[in-house]
Amino acid sequence: MAISQMVGASVKRREDPQLVTGTGRYVDDIPQTAIVHMHVVRSTEAHARILGIDTARAKEADGVVAVWSGKELKSEFGAPLPVTDCFVPDKKHPGHYPIAFDKVRYVGEPVAIVLASSRAAAEDAGERIEIRYESLPPVLDIEKALDKDAALLYDELGSNLSYDVKFAGGDIEAAFKEAEVTIKQRLIQQRLIPIAIEGRGVVAEYKTFSNKLTVWSSTQIPHFVKVWLAVILGIPESNVRVVAPDVGGGFGSKIRVYPEEVLTALASRRLGRPVKWIEDRNENVKATHHGRDQIWDVEIAAKKDGTVLAIRPTQWLNLGAYCSQFGTFQVLGVLVAQGAYRMKAFDGRAVGVFTNMTPTDAYRGAGRPEATYLIERVMDLVARETGIDPVEVRRKNFVRAEDQPFTTLLGLTYDSGDYTVTLDKALELVDYKAFRREQAEKRKQGKYLGIGLSTYIEICGLGPAATMQAAIGVSAWGMSVVNVHFTGKATVIIGSSPHGQGHETTYAQVASDVLGIPVEDIDVQHGDTAIGPMGMDTYGSRSTALDGNAVHISAMKVQEKARKIGAHLLEAAEGDAVYENGKVFVKGTPSKSITIQEIAVAAFQTARIPKGMEGGLEATTFFDPTNFVWPFGAHICVVEIDAETGGTRIVRYVAVDDCGTRINPMVVDGQLHGGIAQGIGQALFEEAIYDEAGQLRTGSLVDYLVPTASDLPSFELAATITPSPVNPLGTKGIGEAGTIASTPAVMNAIVDALEPFGVKDVAMPATPQKIWQLMHRNGGTKR
Amino acid sequence: MRRRVAVTINGTKHEYEVEPRLLLVNYIREQAGLTGTHVGCDTSNCGACTVELDGHSVKSCTVFAVQADGAQVTTIEGLAKGSTLHPLQQAFWDEHGLQCGFCTPGMIMAAKQLLERNPNPSEQEIRLGLEGNLCRCTGYHNIVKSIQAAAKVMAPGAERKAPAPVS
Repeated sequence: MAISQMVGASVKRREDPQLVTGTGRYVDDIPQTAIVHMHVVRSTEAHARILGIDTARAKEADGVVAVWSGKELKSEFGAPLPVTDCFVPDKKHPGHYPIAFDKVRYVGEPVAIVLASSRAAAEDAGERIEIRYESLPPVLDIEKALDKDAALLYDELGSNLSYDVKFAGGDIEAAFKEAEVTIKQRLIQQRLIPIAIEGRGVVAEYKTFSNKLTVWSSTQIPHFVKVWLAVILGIPESNVRVVAPDVGGGFGSKIRVYPEEVLTALASRRLGRPVKWIEDRNENVKATHHGRDQIWDVEIAAKKDGTVLAIRPTQWLNLGAYCSQFGTFQVLGVLVAQGAYRMKAFDGRAVGVFTNMTPTDAYRGAGRPEATYLIERVMDLVARETGIDPVEVRRKNFVRAEDQPFTTLLGLTYDSGDYTVTLDKALELVDYKAFRREQAEKRKQGKYLGIGLSTYIEICGLGPAATMQAAIGVSAWGMSVVNVHFTGKATVIIGSSPHGQGHETTYAQVASDVLGIPVEDIDVQHGDTAIGPMGMDTYGSRSTALDGNAVHISAMKVQEKARKIGAHLLEAAEGDAVYENGKVFVKGTPSKSITIQEIAVAAFQTARIPKGMEGGLEATTFFDPTNFVWPFGAHICVVEIDAETGGTRIVRYVAVDDCGTRINPMVVDGQLHGGIAQGIGQALFEEAIYDEAGQLRTGSLVDYLVPTASDLPSFELAATITPSPVNPLGTKGIGEAGTIASTPAVMNAIVDALEPFGVKDVAMPATPQKIWQLMHRNGGTKR
Repeated sequence: MRRRVAVTINGTKHEYEVEPRLLLVNYIREQAGLTGTHVGCDTSNCGACTVELDGHSVKSCTVFAVQADGAQVTTIEGLAKGSTLHPLQQAFWDEHGLQCGFCTPGMIMAAKQLLERNPNPSEQEIRLGLEGNLCRCTGYHNIVKSIQAAAKVMAPGAERKAPAPVS
């Protein structure tokens, strides 16, 4: 790479002036005249047959334009909602349509829609719809769902099982034979609700006489939504435009083609008027997918010296009522559960089960938080069992620098990394030895400090197309267009679709670095399917590793063309001309140069460019890397447990992360802060709870606890930089690393603090009540 | 059934016939057309709808528009002077105090009141003062830094360097 001026600079975000002044534009802010408001009437039953829907009284209500039940819309769906292969191509998944026809399978499932002149009128009319249900027994427990006498969500399947698959490598029997220590442990990944602060929302405008549809949606995946609206509604894809305007957070919860996107578009087509649907929080907690909700059972084979020989994890996944679009992506948890460690054998299994609950799908990390929680708890369990310090157990089992590129027992190849370096740095920052002394002192005073490690590695940059096609059923790549205008300013179009990640700033830095055009003269556009080719959108910490590199490559192509034009204008041989900092000159004589701005003018005055060359300064790239990228790092959490209340206070949180090249370190740190906070949320506060009837008990932000400012500390961050060898910028991903790493760091710290009470595991979320009970289960006596 | 409600928002008088059940946030967004104030929950937990009502910060999803009849309201749109950002807006920009930006207007309005009541807050006082505002992106780390930075600029007697206008 050329000498960099912009890469590595904490450029302030160009997104922000609009957003801090209240002039951003989220879906609900889009002005539309003569708009019709849609209200979705949702199932109040977890599992029931629909006997009848009487809409007569609703249709008579003030302001009502139309009322339709699922059955009245059925004929318009050309296909069910999409479900991708995601590691389990032969899973069972009966088609999931945007609205229920005969049967409802979770509380919150769409049953009817009301279109009215105002949102209030639509909701009022919705109250007047009478639905008769025949209640069926709700299926609410992963294990009981597989009992022979369990009620069935889908009679045609004969059971509630969607899939039961194995992923194994090495000689597992031999490894367990060799074991001196074996441990069995159950770990619970509780159900989480993503809670982006902006819920979802859709505005759809169908133009009857041109058969054209424009949809504005609060989504992470405008390009996917475009394809599937075309398929489901039978509109030519070229007539469908999807725009993701400012999007108020996603965290995986906006990664799907959702029922309401289809229903809003369909209603607009039926009415010939624009239709708007804005999700309220009450709907959001039920109608937007949930995350996690898995049981993990693991058997560990180890030696007395702390060597881990093998693990045998089984992941039981609660799919909820339907197989969501990327629902089985969470199986990735088994595929990467080997973590940063060498071992002799791995025997993994994933079992997907239907229940009468909101579907689960990707939530920040999607499989990697579960994998990391498993393997990092395994390391601490082995440490406890063998009496060896958790730091030493990790060192003993780490993949060594000389093993790189290291291939796991399941055949995944890590790209780079020396895991001891990040660990050493984190230990030094936290002063581990001093902490252990302080911990021992405090214990004598009845105070319980704990320290927890998480030396994670994660897979992201979801990208080598062939591997992705085989594993997921979708090829994935990065896309960019770089276009230099007549006046020497540039537009960059990207295939990623940011919702807080700062791509407009970061990718302007990337293009500026290559072209020598000032960063303020480069505009980055995204989230509108009409402006550029197909994109692969934003999820899985993929954007910078793929689309960011695609920007670099497109800019390099433009640079090369500009160099040739420059040589021609300088009347120099092409081979003698060099491009540097936005200027072309003959090698050795930089004083006589021509600028990119002058070259841009010539590029459009095509008489001035070399014969046979096409005009314009534009390049498009579909970037397909040779491998995934593998960020890694060491997070260390220090907690203090209040012996009176069982409350946990995070005293310090130290994180050393290696995500390769950091284009905008300020943005990288911001991603880590938010990620760490979300992982702490899972460890300490968050849990979606259903009652025995299948009603969500944590149905508002009163009951579902999102961390507040006073629940969290400031974070102490540091970095090592190991550029990825699989892309030109050397970048890895960072959007999810914080969440992936932090949950086990916090939980290991809590278990460490409770060591005097003989506690070996604490179920998440580690509420004060749970901890207090563990401290008092033997009448408060310590070991 | 409809009631005439007059509210002065950011110095401009608005007057509309509205349903008595209309919330102040809907009055601001849909009647006055100021969409910088956001709705993030229905239960007064998230604080995205925070505005100033007669000098007190309120969650405008928990106030009926009729209750604000005759009142002075300041929203996020009322903070910048021309193209010059309010010190809190500038600080949130400088310190990367926002990502998706959805909670930001409410967060800044809450922070404004916090600093008016306590011009020199400790980190802990800032964290406690923000308990009514949820952010899912930043982990609050840079929001705390932003408010600390703004406090320095806004402190009485602080040398007030005019921030650069937004280009």
